[in-house]
Amino acid sequence: MAEELRLVLKNFGKINPLKVEDYLSAGGYKSLEKARSMNPLEVVEVMKKSGLRGRGGAGFNTGQKWFFAHNIQADEKFVVCNADEGEPGTYKDRIIMENDPHIVLEGMAICGHAIGATQGYIYCRGEYPGVVDTLNTAIAQAKEKGLLGDFNIEVRMGAGAYVCGEETALIESIEGNRGEPRFRPPYPPVAGLWQKPTIVNNVETFANVAQIIEKGAEWFAGIGAKSFPGTKVLTLTGDINKKIFIEVPTDTTIKEVVFGFGGGIPDGKKFKAVQIGGTSGGFIPEEFIETTIDFDSMRKIEATLGSGAVFVIDETRDIVDVVTRIAKFFEHESCGKCAPCREGTMRVHLLMDRINDGKGSQADVALLKKLSRVMASACLCGLGQAAPTPVVTTINHFGMDYHAKVQ
Amino acid sequence: MINVIIDGIKVSAPDNASILQAAELAGVKVPTLCYHPDQAIKANCRVCVCEVEGLPLLQAACSTPIRDGMVIRTNTPAVIEARRTILQLILAHHPQDCLNCIRNKNCELQALAEQYAIRENPFELMVRGLPRDTSTPSIVRDPDKCILCRRCEYACSEFQSVNALGLENRGNHAMIVPSLGKDLLESPCVMCGQCIHACPVGAIHENEEIDEFLAAVADPDKIVVTQMAPAVRVAIGEEVGMATGDMDMNVLVTALRQIGFDYVLHTNFTADLTILEEGNELLKRVKEGGKLPMFTSCSPGWINFCETYYPDLLDNLSTCKSPQQMFGALVKTYWAEKMGVDPSKIYSVSIMPCTAKKFEAARPEMNSSGYRDVDLVLTTRELGRLFRMTGLDFSRIAPGKFDSWMGAYTGAAVIFGATGGVMEAALRTVYEVVTGNELKDVNFTFARGMEGIKEAEIDLNGLKVRVAIAHGLANARKVMDQVRAGESPYHFIEIMACPGGCIGGGGQPITKSNAKRAERIEGIYKEDEGLLLRKSHENPEVIQIYEEFLHEPLGHKSHELLHTHYHDKNKKFL
Repeated sequence: MAEELRLVLKNFGKINPLKVEDYLSAGGYKSLEKARSMNPLEVVEVMKKSGLRGRGGAGFNTGQKWFFAHNIQADEKFVVCNADEGEPGTYKDRIIMENDPHIVLEGMAICGHAIGATQGYIYCRGEYPGVVDTLNTAIAQAKEKGLLGDFNIEVRMGAGAYVCGEETALIESIEGNRGEPRFRPPYPPVAGLWQKPTIVNNVETFANVAQIIEKGAEWFAGIGAKSFPGTKVLTLTGDINKKIFIEVPTDTTIKEVVFGFGGGIPDGKKFKAVQIGGTSGGFIPEEFIETTIDFDSMRKIEATLGSGAVFVIDETRDIVDVVTRIAKFFEHESCGKCAPCREGTMRVHLLMDRINDGKGSQADVALLKKLSRVMASACLCGLGQAAPTPVVTTINHFGMDYHAKVQ
Repeated sequence: MINVIIDGIKVSAPDNASILQAAELAGVKVPTLCYHPDQAIKANCRVCVCEVEGLPLLQAACSTPIRDGMVIRTNTPAVIEARRTILQLILAHHPQDCLNCIRNKNCELQALAEQYAIRENPFELMVRGLPRDTSTPSIVRDPDKCILCRRCEYACSEFQSVNALGLENRGNHAMIVPSLGKDLLESPCVMCGQCIHACPVGAIHENEEIDEFLAAVADPDKIVVTQMAPAVRVAIGEEVGMATGDMDMNVLVTALRQIGFDYVLHTNFTADLTILEEGNELLKRVKEGGKLPMFTSCSPGWINFCETYYPDLLDNLSTCKSPQQMFGALVKTYWAEKMGVDPSKIYSVSIMPCTAKKFEAARPEMNSSGYRDVDLVLTTRELGRLFRMTGLDFSRIAPGKFDSWMGAYTGAAVIFGATGGVMEAALRTVYEVVTGNELKDVNFTFARGMEGIKEAEIDLNGLKVRVAIAHGLANARKVMDQVRAGESPYHFIEIMACPGGCIGGGGQPITKSNAKRAERIEGIYKEDEGLLLRKSHENPEVIQIYEEFLHEPLGHKSHELLHTHYHDKNKKFL
């Protein structure tokens, strides 16, 4: 049986998060010191070589991203930590920040050194006021001890919009504007916050940085799946015996997660599907559960690793009903900026509702597929592009469930 | 230059070009809705999406920069499917009453629906049933028709810096609303109507009043008199299928009689009169230490802006009424007296390039004739509709002549229609008044052109006058902030609310680009050059009205009829 590997959660339960001394005695801020003794480009190179890819869902090579920002001359650059964590069923960033805030701050400061930024922002989910307090305490303590040097960090709170987890909408929100995504290019490493080069990384991504600097790129690259090395913090929810969080190497299989760590399905019921990566993730049927959770393997089965939310449903669940609720969520959370998402999420919900109520037709299912195809390819940001994924994957894998409901 | 291949066509485009711009160079037309040539890229309608080799997702042509060797396809099955589906989605949320829409046949959405052969829509029609906003006399909002392209928002906020329109709510409930959820009248809207030009559909439009006009014409007891602003002639041709600027003024006079006007007079007459009043006001302020710099006051959108955002600087505004309102006050006094008609029977109609003029005419203080000075304001677009209604063939109309006593004008009045025109006209007169010498070259070219802010120092026999010209309210704001800070070096500032001045007014034929505005400006200066008299003080009828009626600029009668005062709009929420 596979085992947990706690790297970003290495200090979980071992230190008092409100005492910077605890973090220091666990070896904290040594990596920052080390990074600062290195040439910024060297730091970027270590990150690149480590193969660390973004833990927020898009899976972009972190070092490569840093390189873009490092490489641009600008009077000001920014480091932004995406702690908006709005993905339903995901709470891994909260666990990290609540229990080890300094690991995030240290990662951000290393990034600041690597790209030449002295100002950082943590954009924290509005529903996490306790986490904001913890972060502010940690920042104050680190400043008092002069641990961050000339690197400043401010915490900004979101106000509940799901779309503000999208990095450009998040940037707009920090700027004080309506939380709406921007078109790309330009990407934030080139023109981000206030049009300056900006690195936006997820909490978990930053939490990986210090240990990579400490132990080296090769060490990290050797953990888990080759193309997506390291670990992933997963949060297990739904019809599963153990509703827990775990941190596992990325070559762990879905089956190991659900049936090993999660203890399988309660009450002797059968597994029906698992949705991984949050509400916009694909639903995975039993035939694919031997797949490892790394980004590329998941991509191959038209699923995602995303934020690492693992939502299991058992055989008694009405999957069409589940997806209808998800469709309602996206209609509610679309920002309204681009036409295919604004109108499309509403129509997807409407069509799903109709089918779910037993009033739909095969033509509605066909229309859903077409609409999903258009949204996935033409929407402005990841929200609209990914919103139809649960619909498409359930039509593909659980077509009979739709068939049973249409006239 | 960068080489790309678009639909198999090799094309070189500038390094910073977008796919859309490169496609244009390749002769490939990519459809757009939220794109506007004079605005920032928004990329929110997604109608312009194309395939780019090597990229998994479709790319918006308007926002995607080209890269060397990029292979772009604008016409694949996936692209067509996406565009048609997006159009269907938008249309399913849009009223289908094109037949009676004010933008029928001049609507970008309608044109795309036609181009993409949208017949049946798989998405059920769901019109929101939102109330129309008819709170202002100038502009009507019809939020049901809004497709959320955000062009109006940009025009209002970025270009005009008025910030009367913004997006409220999100997702499918998102809508463009006047600031703070108030109606347009309570918002900081200045009624310039630039949002109307920006709108691709009929979601925001002029308050159309052609029924009121037709009723007046049908009423035998009414003497229907028109005045027409100089910017109308250079644009009205566009409404009746002619090239910009091609409409002959004398043909236009006959056409106006054809649609029912009893007397055809000209706002240009009072434009010349304005120069005499305003020029003397400026000289008086300079000599007597009055409030400087003095701002022009003929653009009602600008007046609204000043009353809303700069109430502390109202004393800097010239007290001269706009030419429209001077005309209104005189037509029911001086002209009625000359003609021997009962002023209560006069129905005074102005034809304006402007939506804010409708608001100005309805101001309660604009009744110095004892009646409402201007009874009705029609925009250039409304005049176009009246012309089309009559089926007039402009190529066969015999030229006519303006009626007397308030129909004569000089080139100085004509150029009021373009940014810098009032300044140039004023300088032509002020120069001669101050120096006593004849101004040989009447062309003050520094004042011309589309540059946002123009300035100069004019030497009037040792009296140095520093002047500035701003058009578009974001430019006005820059000049005004300088004044507010006490750092303005100017004596006299001309401000026009609209881009290019009145020729780009909110009531003009729907125009998407500054290029069209430049064409209209050309028509204005051509007309000025063709005229014998080009200085306001040489207008014989103006000379006559001072002899017979007003006696002197800034005199008692002028004060009573031609000057006004301003109000702090007191929009404390701003």
